[in-house]
Amino acid sequence: MAYESYVLVCGGTACCSGGGDKIVEAFARELESAGLKEKVQVVTTGCLGFCEQGPIVKILPQGTFYVQVREDDVKEIVAEHLVKGRVVQRLCYDPEQAKKLVAEANIPFYQKQYRIVLRNCGVIDPEKIEDYIARDGYKAIEKVLFEMTPEQVVEEMLKSGLRGRGGAGFPTGMKWKFAQQQPKGQKYMVCNADEGDPGAYMDRSTLEGDPHSILEAMTIAGYAIGASKGFIYIRAEYPLAIHRLQVAIGQARELGLLGDDILGSGFSFDIELRFGAGAFVCGEETALLQSIEGNRGMPKPRPPFPAVKGLWGRPTVINNVETLANIPVIINKGAEWFSKIGTATTKGTKVFALTGKVNNSGLIEVPMGTTLREIIFDIGGGIRGGHQFKAAQTGGPSGGIIPPQFLDTPIDYESLAKIGSIMGSGGLIVMDETDCVVDIAKFYLDFTVDESCGKCAPCRIGGRKLLNYLKKITDGRGTEQDIKDMEAICDAMNKASLCGLGQTASNPVRSTLRYFMDEYMEHIKDKKCRSGKCSKLIQYKIDPAKCKGCTMCARKCPAGAISGTVKNPHVIDPAKCVKCGACEATCKFGAISHG
Amino acid sequence: MAKLTLADLRKMREEKQKALDMRDASNKDVQVIVGMGTCGIAAGAKETFTSLIDTLTQKGLTNVLVRQTGCMGLCHSEPTVEVVAPGMPTVIYGHVDAATAKDIVEKHIVGHELIEGKILDKPSVDIVKNA
Repeated sequence: MAYESYVLVCGGTACCSGGGDKIVEAFARELESAGLKEKVQVVTTGCLGFCEQGPIVKILPQGTFYVQVREDDVKEIVAEHLVKGRVVQRLCYDPEQAKKLVAEANIPFYQKQYRIVLRNCGVIDPEKIEDYIARDGYKAIEKVLFEMTPEQVVEEMLKSGLRGRGGAGFPTGMKWKFAQQQPKGQKYMVCNADEGDPGAYMDRSTLEGDPHSILEAMTIAGYAIGASKGFIYIRAEYPLAIHRLQVAIGQARELGLLGDDILGSGFSFDIELRFGAGAFVCGEETALLQSIEGNRGMPKPRPPFPAVKGLWGRPTVINNVETLANIPVIINKGAEWFSKIGTATTKGTKVFALTGKVNNSGLIEVPMGTTLREIIFDIGGGIRGGHQFKAAQTGGPSGGIIPPQFLDTPIDYESLAKIGSIMGSGGLIVMDETDCVVDIAKFYLDFTVDESCGKCAPCRIGGRKLLNYLKKITDGRGTEQDIKDMEAICDAMNKASLCGLGQTASNPVRSTLRYFMDEYMEHIKDKKCRSGKCSKLIQYKIDPAKCKGCTMCARKCPAGAISGTVKNPHVIDPAKCVKCGACEATCKFGAISHG
Repeated sequence: MAKLTLADLRKMREEKQKALDMRDASNKDVQVIVGMGTCGIAAGAKETFTSLIDTLTQKGLTNVLVRQTGCMGLCHSEPTVEVVAPGMPTVIYGHVDAATAKDIVEKHIVGHELIEGKILDKPSVDIVKNA
């Protein structure tokens, strides 16, 4: 016995509260009476997304997608769709498309993602070169080696408009051109896989899911700039990505796709791995090169740029993992195809690691120009636990915090810079009203102070000073003068630091000051933290009217801060209180509260 | 393996394309694909993988190919498993522990029924099919 059709009913929280469970029962009933019980299986699923149109029902194998389904509609779906094979048009998301027996690909919601970089992730077996080859892998290298001159390859990159995905957005073609124009001799191609932003894992997933695409792209770049040697600088904390790269390099060498005389073209190129020990500053290109050379990872002033004088003083191109993953596709499909995706200044797609307080955290890829609202609410399924959206953080410790009024800003390098954040490498952390912006700024500063290499004073001293001010404010000792001092330090760090780390380290502070000054002022003037995150600003109180004197709280308090006698109201000594909340949790009469 | 020439590479691509499209010469008509990026493995994908293999061996099913892949992007529901079987819609299951893996073999592959409560829909359709 095999089922002929399947009815998927969304079992996500939003759909269930909208009557999803009743729909399942109704289907069981109606199928029984239509005599289809043996032919159609009804299953509840995890959240299908698209919650604002719920409850959602999907019929397989046709893939028809019904929205806002009510219990009364079930009878019609069974009678029309499952018995007669006719789509119930009034329940389709777009009745026009229903005529073609809609598959989900036709619904705009599902088209929000566009996978170029992640084309093979979750599709191929990353440890099998055959899988990659079957999905047009190493086809771009064929084209480049046998049909194009290095100049043509660089020209194609320039035309595509691809910009560096490491964060700064420098045009990739320009970088290649500078290196290509250097006199012949030893040149190097380096892949920056030193992904270090908290919450970001795009590059790791790309390397784990599709390592060959990076090898192919590096070989293409090597051919374009005239390099015969490549290095992948990857953090030792990514053991699985390293393993898969090693397997991939071994397979490519064995087949002659790396090494001498690739495919009989006369061009030779090989790749080695270099492991980083996890220093954040080594993601900065000059520090990264120092680290590959075996020196302590510290940035150097630019110019000279690495494209002129890089690894061991030789011309070197450094591209980020995501940038490279785009390249084979651009070669195969052409610069013109690529340049049609995205916005006027920023072409292509961007991969984001969507994390924080969203329902569907995960790895997503969207065309440039997609808005934050689409990413967070449509793809991410909205804010977890019915909370309110407060802010989004992009660009990690170098980025800024984006408040709700910019949810509809189309994302590209320029628009994000304009609102005080940066594209960064692609971490996207969503926050709700239970997050405190001052605390978030403190978290990032803590990170950058820890990771500052200490070479230049603005970053080393400025970062520490800023962090101290933030600690002071979250401890309830801040003054209004502190804000002015912080603004001055931010400016100095931004202008005078040697590398990107110091220049951007103040961004989380600047952007929170810009958009959430009222919250800073609450911390300073009212000694209050509205989210309750800054524990030193919380006061626990016992309401004498409600307290029955049961002594439970006094016995639970680990600090001995609660005093009182049996059957008489108890009191908390704020000086001794450690704000652990144990008393509030234990009180059966709701007499203890905090604020 | 010997080094490839251009012609070899093209021939290989053509052959493997067919294999990936499920017309494998080795008579395996069902594919079970386990997401084994760091996110999947951290959530227990290795146990899932082992349970799949063990159950298949127990049942003596030789027509099922179990493959690994990288992150499908559904990190909120790892471990994820995609099942491609003839006559059945292709579905992705989320939160697949060892017991659910057993269910996939017994119910989905053998019994041709979908598993209650574990289906995740594809959040996006891969538009750039052969990019």
